[in-house]
Amino acid sequence: MDIVQIVTLGIVASILYIILKEINSSMAFFIILITGIIIFFSVIQQISSIFQLIQSLGTKANVEGMYMDTILKIIGIAYIAELGAGITKDAGLGSVAAKIELAGKIFILLLAVPIISAVIEAIIRFLPTT
Amino acid sequence: MFTDASVLFQIAGIGIIVALIHTILKQMGKEEIAQFATLIGFIIVLVVVINGLSDLFQQIKSVFLFQG
Repeated sequence: MDIVQIVTLGIVASILYIILKEINSSMAFFIILITGIIIFFSVIQQISSIFQLIQSLGTKANVEGMYMDTILKIIGIAYIAELGAGITKDAGLGSVAAKIELAGKIFILLLAVPIISAVIEAIIRFLPTT
Repeated sequence: MFTDASVLFQIAGIGIIVALIHTILKQMGKEEIAQFATLIGFIIVLVVVINGLSDLFQQIKSVFLFQG
C-alpha cells in the first residue's frame, strides 16, 4: 500500500471514529483496532523484505546467526508491545499500557542476556590475568 | 485478508445500524431485546476483529522469526 493510501485510511478512520463515538463507543474502539491491523498488514510485507536484506548482509559479514535472530526477535517484541500499548492507551487504560511496555522491556532484556554475557566474557578475556 | 479499507466501513455500518436498532427497540419499550441486539452486534464485530488480530499475530510471528 502506498503512503498516500495509508494516510487517507487514517483520515477516513478518524472521521468514522468521530461519527461512531457518539452513537456506539464500543464499535468506535473496534474501528481503532482494525485500522491499526490494516496499516500493520500493509507494512509487514515491506518489513519482511528489509529483514531478508539484513539477514543476507549478516551472512555475508559472517555474523553469527544467533545474534541476527535475537535482533529480529527484539524488533518484533518492540512492535507487538507498541501495538498493544497504543491500543490499551486509546481505550483509556493508561496504566495497563505502561505495564505492557514494562513487560516488553523485560522480555527484550531477557532476549539480550546471551549477547550481554558474551560481551562480558570477551571483555574479561581481554583483561590481563594476574 | 485486510488489505483494503472495506472492513472499516463494514464495522462502522454495523455500529450505526446496531445503534439504530437499539434506539428503535428502546422506543418500543423492549429494553431487554435492545440490550441483546447491541450485544449481538458487538459479538459480530468482535469476531471480525479477533480474526484480523490473530492473522496479524501469525504474520508478526512468521516475519520476526519467533517460530523459524
